[in-house]
Amino acid sequence: MTILTVENLTVQFPTRRGILTAVDSISFAIAPGEVLGVVGESGAGKSMTGLAVIRLLEPPGRIAAGEVRLEGRRIDNLPHEEMRRIRGRRIGVIFQDPLTSLNPLYTIGQQLEETILTHLDISPRAARERALSLLKEVGIPAPEARYQNYPHHFSGGMRQRVVIALALAAEPRLLIADEPTTALDVSIQAQIITLLKRLAAERGAAVMLITHDMGVIAETAQRVAVMYAGRIVEIGPVREVIHAPRHPYTVGLMGSIPRISADQRRLVQIEGAMPRLNAIPPGCPFNPRCPKRFARCVAQRPELLPAGASRAACWLHAPA
Amino acid sequence: MRPPEPLLALHSVSRDFDVSRPWLNRVLEREPRRTLRAVDRVSFEVAKGETLALVGESGCGKSTVARLVAGLYQPTEGRVEFRGRRLQMIFQDPYASLNPRWRVRKIVAEPLRFATSKHSQTEITSRVHRLLTQVGLSPDDAERYPHEFSGGQRQRISIARALAGEPELLLCDEPTSALDVSVQAQILNLMSELQERLGLTYVFISHNLAVVSLVADRVGVMYFGRIVELAAAADLFARPRHPYTRMLLDAVPDLGMSGKPRTPVAGEVPNPLSPPPGCAFHPRCPHANARCQAEAPRFSNGVACHAVEEARI
Repeated sequence: MTILTVENLTVQFPTRRGILTAVDSISFAIAPGEVLGVVGESGAGKSMTGLAVIRLLEPPGRIAAGEVRLEGRRIDNLPHEEMRRIRGRRIGVIFQDPLTSLNPLYTIGQQLEETILTHLDISPRAARERALSLLKEVGIPAPEARYQNYPHHFSGGMRQRVVIALALAAEPRLLIADEPTTALDVSIQAQIITLLKRLAAERGAAVMLITHDMGVIAETAQRVAVMYAGRIVEIGPVREVIHAPRHPYTVGLMGSIPRISADQRRLVQIEGAMPRLNAIPPGCPFNPRCPKRFARCVAQRPELLPAGASRAACWLHAPA
Repeated sequence: MRPPEPLLALHSVSRDFDVSRPWLNRVLEREPRRTLRAVDRVSFEVAKGETLALVGESGCGKSTVARLVAGLYQPTEGRVEFRGRRLQMIFQDPYASLNPRWRVRKIVAEPLRFATSKHSQTEITSRVHRLLTQVGLSPDDAERYPHEFSGGQRQRISIARALAGEPELLLCDEPTSALDVSVQAQILNLMSELQERLGLTYVFISHNLAVVSLVADRVGVMYFGRIVELAAAADLFARPRHPYTRMLLDAVPDLGMSGKPRTPVAGEVPNPLSPPPGCAFHPRCPHANARCQAEAPRFSNGVACHAVEEARI
């Protein structure tokens, strides 16, 4: 039984100059206790996918096609009021900047208590106890003392812990984390990654981890989806995607990441840039930059095809 | 084999900032003036043609060092000695560092206006075209505005502008931190090509250890305003000595997925307004003892650490 199932999800933005497709018919699923990494460069559509799942797309962006199911139940067509109850209760969300998720005018204790009382049917006293134990669980030292503090009293890493505590307040089944460690220093980043991993394992929640940082994915996720120009170009076990990438884009992406151990002086370079949404080429969207392009790539769009232990949207893997 | 005359030398440079509350508050609440020491007795030399990287977490003072070198700040104590003629900076944010109202031609040509010899208009135009080609853009791009370019292309424009003044030293403050990895690879490759071709010297400031290991000949690790370790890049990454360097290297996500156990590091950088006594790293250090809590270690032999000096680690 999967927790999140996304099928042929398409997100579009109608503009005066035509319709832009930011997410183009993507499908994936996340099992309980599993961390799925979603990686891609700016504009690849990874955050749009997350926002579409929680239905927080900024208008005029809208889900144009496809289905999103949470524990088997369709949520992409629910009325807004019902969806609002699901967010927070069943889906927890962590964004990059913890200050966007925290109200500067309330103490973190008040914010946690309010969230808990909104979603769970328990007494204020129990809510307070729960809030304190959540703060302890995410590693805030001396939670009783920090309970009356305002967000500005906390450092960046500690704020992100508070946001994680908020996201977990109602025991959600799905956690969507969009660049949760990007704004943090490496030593703090390692602490937050450890925390996310432990929470997924212990609580059996599904985690969708959206990031541009392949290192974070390597440390945290079991599977990874690589996005390019609004599509999933490769999806598979993390180890497989890192060590044996199958799509030429993933190959280039892996080669362009500097690594400490390697004695390298030059990085692999993918020429050019990702196409803009209004200029996505026909066929495979990567074809103008692809070193292995052939006639079919320009003519026909590839679907995800089995490639080793992964699946890749590339005609190189078409059965002969 | 270091040439006798380094291109750049910092001699025990410190920089304080006044962070006192307003005068009226100080008088009414009888508070003294307060200063924050952002850079504390930093010394290093950079030889011509090499890349020195300064690495550290946010707030460690690495950008302040860059500004001291560029002369944007005056040192409170110590001396910055630059033996070249010109230096230029490349900044992190390619959106904020280019004037949006100027065409690329004017942006790139700006350093030429301060050049010693006067150039004719045609000379300037051909110079700009040559610079743009050098950084991988097309001469036609000279007539466009910054908003027409992507982040990576804007960073190329910044580099072209920096090169226009024919600097010997380029100060790069997180030049690729705002870029996607594939674009970062393009810019880092470009920078190393330019270094080879033009014999440039770089001071490269970054929080990203993997990027630093790629570009640097020597690396200075900064913590809390001080250099805690300074060594050749190969040595530093193979055999880190200072506990903080070890901690930083340990915290970098492991892309090789070797499954090495990570020792998560507790704690955060202390508040610079109330620095801990002794070694600034002692509250987070697994090797700290009574001496570390009381006495600040001196920088000697490439590292500032009592435990290393006493051969405890």
